[in-house]
Amino acid sequence: MLLIACPFCGPRDELEFRCGGEAHLVRPDPGASEEIWARYLFYRSNPRGVARERWVHSRGCRQWFNAVRDTVTHEILAVYAMDVSPPEAFS
Amino acid sequence: MKEYTGWRLIREGLRDHRGWKPLWRSSPPKTRYEVIVIGGGGHGLATAYYLARNHGVTSVAVLERGWIGGGNTGRNTTIVRSNYYYPQSVALFELSLKLYETLSSALNFNIMFSQRGLVVIGHSRHDMEQMQRRVGTMRARGVRGVRMLDKSEIAGRVPRLNFDSPHLPIWGGFTQEPAGTVRHDAVAWGYAHAADRLGVDVIQNCEVRGFKFDAQGGINGVETARGDIYGGAIVSCAAGASTLIADMAGFDLPLTSCALQAFVTEPVKPVLDCVFWSLGTGLYVSQSDKGGLVLGGGLDRYASYAQRGSFPVAEAVVGAFAELFPSLARLRVLRQWAGVVDLSPDTSPILGAAPVRGLYLNCGWGLGGFKAIPAGGTLLAHHIATGKPHPIAEPFALQRFATGALIDESAVIGAEH
Repeated sequence: MLLIACPFCGPRDELEFRCGGEAHLVRPDPGASEEIWARYLFYRSNPRGVARERWVHSRGCRQWFNAVRDTVTHEILAVYAMDVSPPEAFS
Repeated sequence: MKEYTGWRLIREGLRDHRGWKPLWRSSPPKTRYEVIVIGGGGHGLATAYYLARNHGVTSVAVLERGWIGGGNTGRNTTIVRSNYYYPQSVALFELSLKLYETLSSALNFNIMFSQRGLVVIGHSRHDMEQMQRRVGTMRARGVRGVRMLDKSEIAGRVPRLNFDSPHLPIWGGFTQEPAGTVRHDAVAWGYAHAADRLGVDVIQNCEVRGFKFDAQGGINGVETARGDIYGGAIVSCAAGASTLIADMAGFDLPLTSCALQAFVTEPVKPVLDCVFWSLGTGLYVSQSDKGGLVLGGGLDRYASYAQRGSFPVAEAVVGAFAELFPSLARLRVLRQWAGVVDLSPDTSPILGAAPVRGLYLNCGWGLGGFKAIPAGGTLLAHHIATGKPHPIAEPFALQRFATGALIDESAVIGAEH
């Protein structure tokens, strides 16, 4: 069981959270080509190791935040706010 | 002459079984092949087999990082069925089911296909309305052996099922009679064996670490743990590792790797003679020939390359099993494991040419790869040998994510299957 440090509530059980997938995807311009829209909507980096993800504390404070997580060990390496860049070590 | 017959068994029995040969040769890789297949799971081995069998292309190498049958082919819950909704999926999975039906004799290897039937149950009026819509559509689209079941029929098929749960009441269900289970290892071993006897090199412990590119930027070879190998066409059948292969080739794929768990209990006498699936909880159960109850459920809800499952999903699967089969609730779970599956945005596979010339893709099967092994191999072998996608595989090309022609089975079923 993962213990995830919600930036608003502190460490809580993984059952209370939902993973929202890859973080820092930038929405393209409405007039962008189909290929660019496809990349934004569907293509993901899917790293083996350090991943930057969005998480939501859905059964807690319902706030979204970003987390850096290892996809092999599942260790959560950092937690940071939605609107900021990832910590320097993981950017 | 057939390698495995009753007469041969008697003959070998009379001389201490000294005449059996290994299922496949252990040959060092050559430096050049017509086709190189990355990934020695079911799809990779089937692709190699059908290239040799259907198209006469025997200069083929299958490169496996670990051992044959050690990945998802040996980690699934062995269920084969074709109850899909969209016509493209129906064509694909019906082809696969039909090929499974004759696979033992085609490979001269007993894959122990038991067409024991699938029983799916619904827990609410909404489940039943969805089911009726799906069953009607599947029947109209040619899925074989699908019909609705009422409660008394379900009680007859699944006698140990608990009809009195306040939490999971049973409203009805449907069946697909030709669905069933297959000995999963035998699929990998049978394809490896049959491909080997047709001249394919099955090479284990041979991890692909990079690609070789020609002057025009196309791929013409692979760098492996056992030296560089060149080939006219390279096929990626790497399931959960597909995006790692794509990273090496310099392009992206719309895939996320997730862990899918399975469990097996201690063996008991026969208690369940069909494949059981509860729609609302995602739980599915079948009993192996050895007697163990094989349990499966939903995906772990975050990306993972670890071949182990998360606890909340394990709890959901085992909890639903204990509630629906109270007389079996005290069975001990002997083993739990997970495979890394590659989930595509519409939960349908990606079959066809990669964005880089010389490379072909067989990936994105998500939770449904095992049941599709014969079809995946047949269709991609056709594409490589003839240069054109097979009509059944055409809708599953990577381009559909840009054109918007998605085949979204998950939206219909409400599950990833």
